[in-house]
Amino acid sequence: MTDPGEWHRLHPLSPLVRSGRAAVGVLAIVGISASGHFGHDGSHLLDWALAAAVVIGAVVNWLVTRWKLDGATLRIETGLLRRDSRQLPVARIQAVDVVRPFLARALGLAELRVRLAGSSHADGRLAYLPEQAALDLRARLLAAHHGLDPATPEPGERILASVPNGRLLGSVLASGASLLIALLVAEVVVVVVSPAVLAATGSTFLVFLITLVPMVWRRLATEYGFTLAQSPDGIRIRRGLLGTVAETIPLRRVQAVRMVEPVLWRPLGWCRLEIDVAGSPGRDHADGSGRMRKTLLPVGHRDLAWELMRLVIGADPPPLSRPPRRARRKAPLSYHFLAAGHDAATAMGVTGRLRKVTTWVPLEKVQSVRMVTGPAQRLLSLATVHVDAAGRRVRAEFRDRPGEEAGQLVEDLAALCRSARRQRSQLVDSAKPPGQLR
Amino acid sequence: MPGSAVPAPKSPSPRLWRMRRVQVAGTAAAAALVAGTAAALAVGAPAAVIAVAVVLVAALAAFWFVRNRVRAWTYTEREDDLIVARGVLVRRLSVVPYGRMQFVDVTAGPVERAFRLATVKLHTAAAASDARIPGLERDEAARLRNRLAALGEAKAAGL
Repeated sequence: MTDPGEWHRLHPLSPLVRSGRAAVGVLAIVGISASGHFGHDGSHLLDWALAAAVVIGAVVNWLVTRWKLDGATLRIETGLLRRDSRQLPVARIQAVDVVRPFLARALGLAELRVRLAGSSHADGRLAYLPEQAALDLRARLLAAHHGLDPATPEPGERILASVPNGRLLGSVLASGASLLIALLVAEVVVVVVSPAVLAATGSTFLVFLITLVPMVWRRLATEYGFTLAQSPDGIRIRRGLLGTVAETIPLRRVQAVRMVEPVLWRPLGWCRLEIDVAGSPGRDHADGSGRMRKTLLPVGHRDLAWELMRLVIGADPPPLSRPPRRARRKAPLSYHFLAAGHDAATAMGVTGRLRKVTTWVPLEKVQSVRMVTGPAQRLLSLATVHVDAAGRRVRAEFRDRPGEEAGQLVEDLAALCRSARRQRSQLVDSAKPPGQLR
Repeated sequence: MPGSAVPAPKSPSPRLWRMRRVQVAGTAAAAALVAGTAAALAVGAPAAVIAVAVVLVAALAAFWFVRNRVRAWTYTEREDDLIVARGVLVRRLSVVPYGRMQFVDVTAGPVERAFRLATVKLHTAAAASDARIPGLERDEAARLRNRLAALGEAKAAGL
């Protein structure tokens, strides 16, 4: 990597990777028809024109794109007709992700994705740089973000967990198997009730079976080689089988942590951890790096999961209590899991019928507190209290609490959220210089 | 309302009930006309009478339900948060801190405009926190909006 203060082009092979499959496909078609063994004579012109258009477009895009790191700003300029020049102030950087799709990885290239606080439209993408250059630039950006000398090497990270691929495969197969069993049971029921319907439902059964395969594949491909590490910038996740992703999640953007324990995993003590991250949902990249709900641990033991949750939330879990026995009449299928509790800093709710879902929300992130009383609940004098965090359906639920307790709970939680928020903003005001995000 | 603090809960304008009555009556009249005509053409005059009677009974039930619903709707402006309570069958109570507010919507559809009413809706970063207050007098809606916007600014907290 030469001096990043100069204007730089992206790697000359970028057009090839960017047009990716399209370019390869077109080239293959051209090659096949040009070889003269297949197809028809005389249509070569169209094939060549198509290939040329794709290649020229990608090359022009490469020609007009340049970037430089100019003191405290990363500038990216691109576009031939509609010029787009982006200034990414280093101080506002949230995270720098390194993404390597399969083709790029094969050529030793990597994409750098710079995410800023605020909307995802302002993200900066450098696709593609040589792998080492991408890592160097990330180190420089992060060092500059923390106000250090740009030449400072990236601070060390501590590996928190890595998921053995065998276990990942086992867990994916287990969840696939549970779906399969459900399907088989449904099928057997159908056959017992009326064998004649088998012909009709058999094809649907097959379709379900076929859709299982890509689901299993997708999970394997995106979560293969999963490594979780802690660095001063936040939690760092590396994963991927063909294409790899290295992403960083700043801890203060975490809105909620969720522990999911599917039926077939529970005897093994396995669970899955998900976190909800603040931000506007951007384009969802195929590798899942644009999502707001991220996997923190695809599969792992419960003890490890609790340790990670404590680390992410920065507190100990609150004491949980169970709803009164009369709630069983309203929620017969989920009563065995229902529990909830809160302390001065966090709230936690456990729900689920077959799979147990534990949601943990720090009170300083809470957006609103709601109490909902359905007709059946009113008869039993019960109520559910929701503690909402940012996002869709991100909440801890205090299901089926006794009526008077629920009323008091709403008051208490509202007051506790208020003081947690105040404490937090005072902390930020006193400890952080303005403009600095961490 | 749990442990109501000092400020008293407020209700939407009495004109909301009048507006809902007109809406229910209008819908019922249209339904009665259609059902009556259809029954008269298909079966005969006695069937038409029965059809219209059924629609009227349904309309009475709707009146009763809508009245309770309008009465159940209250909002309380506390020092740090807004409380909105609503619902008859499923009762909902939302506590939304002013600092969490992202923006305030004031909308008035054609029917609401005819009754000089407006709906105020609070949005937070959580999709679920629904704080909607329908049927406010225009002045009250504007006052609430300004107050919420000012308080939101003063108490704003980052994500």
